[in-house]
Amino acid sequence: MATPFIQMQGIVKRFPGVIANDQVDLTIYPGEIHALLGENGSGKSTLMSVLDGLYQPNAGRIIIDGEEHKFGSPRDAIACGIGMIHQHFKLVEPFTVAENITMGAKNGDFWLSTEKIKQEIIGFGAKYGLHVNPNAYVWQLSVGEKQRVEILRILYQGSRLLIMDEPTAVLTPPETAELFSNLRRMTEQGCAVIFITHKLNEVMELADRVTVLRAGRVTGSMERSQLNPNQLVQLMVGRDLAGRSKPIQTELGPVVLNVDQIEVLNDMGRLGLRALSLSLREGEILGLAGVTGNGQRELAEAICGLRHIEKGSIHLHGEDITNLNPSAILDQGVSYVPEDRLGMGLVPDLTIIENLLLKNYQQPKYSGRWLLHAKAIEENAAALVEKYNVKTPSLHQPVKILSGGNLQRLLLAREIATIPRLMIVVYPARGLDIGATNDIHQLLLDLKANHTAILLISEDLDELVALSDRIGVLFDGRLAGEFPANEVDLDELGLLMAGSGQTNGGEPNAI
Amino acid sequence: MPFSWEKRLTPSKFMLLAVPCIALLLSLLFCGVFLLITGRDPVEIYVAMISGALGSTYGLSETIVKAIPLMLCGLGISVAFRMQLWNIGAEGQLYVGALAATWLPLTFPALPAWVMLPLMVCLGMAGGALWAFVPGILRARWQVNEIITTLMLNYIGILWVSYLVYGPWRDPKGLNFPLTAQFPDAAILPFWGTSRIHIGLLLALAIVAFLYVLFNNSRWGYELKVIGSSPKAARYAGMNITRNICLAMLLSGAICGLAGMTEVSGIIGRLQPGLSPGYGYTGIIIAWLGQLNPLAIVIMSFLFGALQVGGYMVQTLGVPAAVASMIQGSILFFVIGAEILTRYRISYTGCKGGRSDRE
Ligand SMILES: Nc1ncnc2c1ncn2[C@@H]1O[C@H](COP(=O)(O)OP(=O)(O)OP(=O)(O)O)[C@@H](O)[C@H]1O
Ligand SMILES: [Mg+2]
Repeated sequence: MATPFIQMQGIVKRFPGVIANDQVDLTIYPGEIHALLGENGSGKSTLMSVLDGLYQPNAGRIIIDGEEHKFGSPRDAIACGIGMIHQHFKLVEPFTVAENITMGAKNGDFWLSTEKIKQEIIGFGAKYGLHVNPNAYVWQLSVGEKQRVEILRILYQGSRLLIMDEPTAVLTPPETAELFSNLRRMTEQGCAVIFITHKLNEVMELADRVTVLRAGRVTGSMERSQLNPNQLVQLMVGRDLAGRSKPIQTELGPVVLNVDQIEVLNDMGRLGLRALSLSLREGEILGLAGVTGNGQRELAEAICGLRHIEKGSIHLHGEDITNLNPSAILDQGVSYVPEDRLGMGLVPDLTIIENLLLKNYQQPKYSGRWLLHAKAIEENAAALVEKYNVKTPSLHQPVKILSGGNLQRLLLAREIATIPRLMIVVYPARGLDIGATNDIHQLLLDLKANHTAILLISEDLDELVALSDRIGVLFDGRLAGEFPANEVDLDELGLLMAGSGQTNGGEPNAI
Repeated sequence: MPFSWEKRLTPSKFMLLAVPCIALLLSLLFCGVFLLITGRDPVEIYVAMISGALGSTYGLSETIVKAIPLMLCGLGISVAFRMQLWNIGAEGQLYVGALAATWLPLTFPALPAWVMLPLMVCLGMAGGALWAFVPGILRARWQVNEIITTLMLNYIGILWVSYLVYGPWRDPKGLNFPLTAQFPDAAILPFWGTSRIHIGLLLALAIVAFLYVLFNNSRWGYELKVIGSSPKAARYAGMNITRNICLAMLLSGAICGLAGMTEVSGIIGRLQPGLSPGYGYTGIIIAWLGQLNPLAIVIMSFLFGALQVGGYMVQTLGVPAAVASMIQGSILFFVIGAEILTRYRISYTGCKGGRSDRE
């Protein structure tokens, strides 16, 4: 093969209480697509942050084009043509898309011609299929749109190595396919790509080479021709996995949630939900497929009282909860796993203990009228962390240092532990490794068996089919179609998600 | 450049302690250079300041006297700052607290001390609370920037006091000086022996204990922490943000108002303009230096008390007391500068730094 573009040799990165990377070697050739695999917390993001200059390794060397480099900051890495898109986006929310993309660009004239930049962004967007409105403010965007901005920003900086930390976690299948073809187009021009993923089929489809990490060490490295999914799982987990969990048939109980013709505004002040109706019964999982930004967040927030309902009504157990305040709705046993983990679901700077307290700090077990019961709180946190397998060196760490998968486990642990009567989950398996995904699915099925009604919002059709009793499609704030899960036609779902094949026109459609 | 900045994910504990000390040293150096330029001996002046503030019983007791209002203001401010409410109106809240407390002895001079003093404490706190509540509700309901409103209310509060002492409340027997009548004995806070240290010190320390428990161990303190650090998550958890902003401002203002009450009742014995030499503003520096931690605020207020007393003392050497203000200001300046050390680490990257191959 050609001479290596980048060599990482013997990289060691320690954090207090953990060795995130232990003597890791990684070689990247120009023009290759390199997949990085491993369980949650195995050190993938840390390794890439070292390559990106965000962390300095405790030991080891980074050699680029045969010359050793030490990066003091991501700026140095960018200067060497390395750009990274993090698992948690690093965009400036109050700024516009155009401002975020041009920020820190190396050809930064002081006076930027705004019109020219906007044209450029639109041009890039068209070329790579990444459509965003350059004038929109980042806080107005959905997670999927934010990622497009991140990718555009790296492309705009003209990097030779694009590092993507779990890029497909937030994309729909068609978007993923499009991203992959764009990545290939980039590699044909000599650009290299490292991508982290938990999805083996993506590795099989895209990767030229694969490196697998387990507990901070490299357990294997393979060429495309040697790829074999079973062996990859072996390398990742160190054992064979149990089969996928099967949904159990439960008796459906009375109607828990009834959403009747609601209209809700999105952050841009336009209609985010249009006369949407649905109902959900005890012990039932209703799956909602759809591309991010088609009303998922608005629907979840409307039910939880976090967003004003302009028209229509929502009933929970027959009681009208339309526009009640969030705490009144919480008290009815509604729990919600939002898509925005670190912004809404968890408080980055607070510790694990404090985050696990967020929803139950008012319960008599954990606090009196005035004081918190520190001991009970800590015991509960320790029990949850243990039960849900959250990997952390200590309960007193701020949650922002947890790995992506562990954040998700922590959030789910807190929400499930309340044994809710209605649970709204948005993208539950996003960012989880294979084993953890199975665990979470099992947890949801256990909840269902426990008569909880579950509204499962996801983009992963396999997940929806595996778990749901019924599947509907959200498109443009409406429900476009409804299928019993066992007779679902994936192609038709895909078409509905893309907004075509709308059989019932614009009619509001209740399921 | 062989050195580079690396961001720390969690602020360094050591640096949290070291930064105020480093800042203090740097500002002494900085002001020392300034004093040298003006032809004075900085060592002599610093020695005079320290021995003046700490070297005698009188100096020490005066340091404590100054520390009381500073501590109260710093504590009050820290309550609001914890919620990212930038209450810089402590000065005005102090004046209105003093004004409200003064009303009682002027109107009912015959009340016995055990009725008078507790009521004056309540009135002082209520006055300060009211003055902070106005910006609080404006901020909570209509997102009006509290920095501007609290700042403007400072002037209004101070001018109200001036209006009253020049007008309706002026002591008829006071030879036309802008002062209210001397308070009756029942309205004077008890003090220790011959010193001016009054019982306000105990009130302030009680508030320290209260805030310590509030911040670390209480349900409401937990809500404040969540709201201050992520309002979105707080709303998601069902917390009432509007109400909590108002409550935090009320408490913040009440503590600052108490500082006004203890000054008029413990030190001056009447209401007069200029009753505070900027305690409310110095309190901001103290709260910030103490990193909003009640115990650290206690230490910082003694330090700043000593600085002010030392400043008065060096006047005998022909140095203006403003030296103390200069040191105060530069401490804050260096603290803010040095704070970068708590969040970044300087690392040596060798001469082959990635930076060298740019440009
Ligand atoms: N700044 C930090 N301080 C302390 N520990 C950290 C820090 N960052 C990461 N860790 C720990 O290092 C380990 C590796 O984390 P990393 O984020 O690299 O995992 P990952 O492979 O990306 O996992 P995931 O698939 O869940 O994203 C974890 O145990 C994590 O808790
Ligand atoms: Mg990761």
